[in-house]
Amino acid sequence: MRRSLGAIVGIGELAPKRRTHGETTLGMIAEAARLAVADAGLEPAAIDGLLVGPQVGETPQHVPATVSEYLGLMPNMADVVDLGGASGAGMVWRAAAAISAGMCEAVLCVLANTREETAPRSPNRNPIREFDVPFGASGANAAYAMIKQAHMAEYGSRDEDFARIASAARANAQRNPQAIFHGKPASVEDVLASPMIASPLRLLEIVMPVAGGAAVVVVSPDRARSLPRRPVHLLGAGEKITHRALSQAPSLTSGPLKPAMARALAGAGVDKDDLDLLSLYDCYTIMVATTLEDLELCPPGRFGDWLADSDLGPEGDTPLNTHGGQLGFGQPDLAGGMTHVIEAVRQLRGNTPGRQIPDAQLALVTGNGATMSEATALVLGDEP
Amino acid sequence: MISPDLLADLKVPGPTETALSGPFWEAAERGQLLVQHCSACNRSILYPRRICPHCWSVDLSWQVASGRATLRTWSSIVRPGHPAWEPAAPYTVALAELDEGPTLLTQLRAEPQGLSAGLPLRVVFMRVGGRTLPFFEPAS
Repeated sequence: MRRSLGAIVGIGELAPKRRTHGETTLGMIAEAARLAVADAGLEPAAIDGLLVGPQVGETPQHVPATVSEYLGLMPNMADVVDLGGASGAGMVWRAAAAISAGMCEAVLCVLANTREETAPRSPNRNPIREFDVPFGASGANAAYAMIKQAHMAEYGSRDEDFARIASAARANAQRNPQAIFHGKPASVEDVLASPMIASPLRLLEIVMPVAGGAAVVVVSPDRARSLPRRPVHLLGAGEKITHRALSQAPSLTSGPLKPAMARALAGAGVDKDDLDLLSLYDCYTIMVATTLEDLELCPPGRFGDWLADSDLGPEGDTPLNTHGGQLGFGQPDLAGGMTHVIEAVRQLRGNTPGRQIPDAQLALVTGNGATMSEATALVLGDEP
Repeated sequence: MISPDLLADLKVPGPTETALSGPFWEAAERGQLLVQHCSACNRSILYPRRICPHCWSVDLSWQVASGRATLRTWSSIVRPGHPAWEPAAPYTVALAELDEGPTLLTQLRAEPQGLSAGLPLRVVFMRVGGRTLPFFEPAS
């Protein structure tokens, strides 16, 4: 029934940092890549496929060639995956597809970002720049605030329901020494007392931007057998892109992850109730709420009731973002989405010190880009 | 809520007008709200495009909109994403669904306390940093 579409055999992750000082994105990509390829037990020359993210500003064009050259690679397949926070998950199935198509055998999927004091503002000339920015609606906070407001208006969901998501993420981050908020738990009351940024979104409901990097190595299931790490298999994938600007969204209370997750689970032959880890993209509390409802773990609008009955820790009934999520780990730009892939791989390998889910076999990973616009879902398993 | 004079004096990024969108912004300067209309599928479109996103027809023309809309959602922005907007904060951005169909991102001339989803709105043109933009206010 189940069939491995590809295997993740190496992971690399940089500790998140609030600031970098004179570092380059290329340098941080190289460090994350080095860790992942070493973890895979591969020589760099074995990497013959490369998937990277866009690097607006630093390398506007020819990104794969620039990265390949820097790493000394000459891949047989290379591309930019430009799906915002869904890029990391989007890379994994694309890597498996390229291997399956015979284009390459071992694909490095890598994302990293610097965070210098003086970042240049984007030179955008897209419809959002023309029709949203002039009204004072720059950045993602305004959009996700309006998504949360719509949910509260439609369903009567309460601030404390959303605060519980942030507080649970911080609780899980206390078991991840790499997390930016390790040593800094936050209660529901702390979240509710944090400053309003864009109503109804408060500071602790929003990810902390950090510098960092993350990489994984994907090979065929056959190749995985000869490598030292226990492989984690891609069993199903789904993807959906519905819009870019929030004004063009088909719905404000349900997103493209709904069909993407359904497709991933159906492709894997996995029921949502069989998942041992929910590794759900959490740029904002509202994103987790919408994803829980789109996964149909509860009826639309009822995520608050569901949370009240659930334990989201590693030993709980529904482990969710055991690395702390991006709300607890920090958001290293596009690599933030990849942290959800990496945590799923760690848990399914069965050696996550201090926070291992007992007998973890199946994980759902989600990625989300732009304003609930770009969605990728992966079902990962510890065996084919 | 920021006064009209202070709003007009803000040094904020204005619309990055293109040849295609020019008529929309020129009409705003005259106090008119335009929508693109597709003759093939009889639907209205914003933001303006080269082809109809519903049926891909190129049979598009500008029409004057009623200026009536419904409030879908909103946010009171306390910490603006662009520093040039800080003197105006807090201000309220919103999604307004025009009676003609399309949804616009806009700014409201209203205090956030009395707002509710479905509230009837009407367009009100405001000077913002040297440009005229279609804001909305409660219709009553």
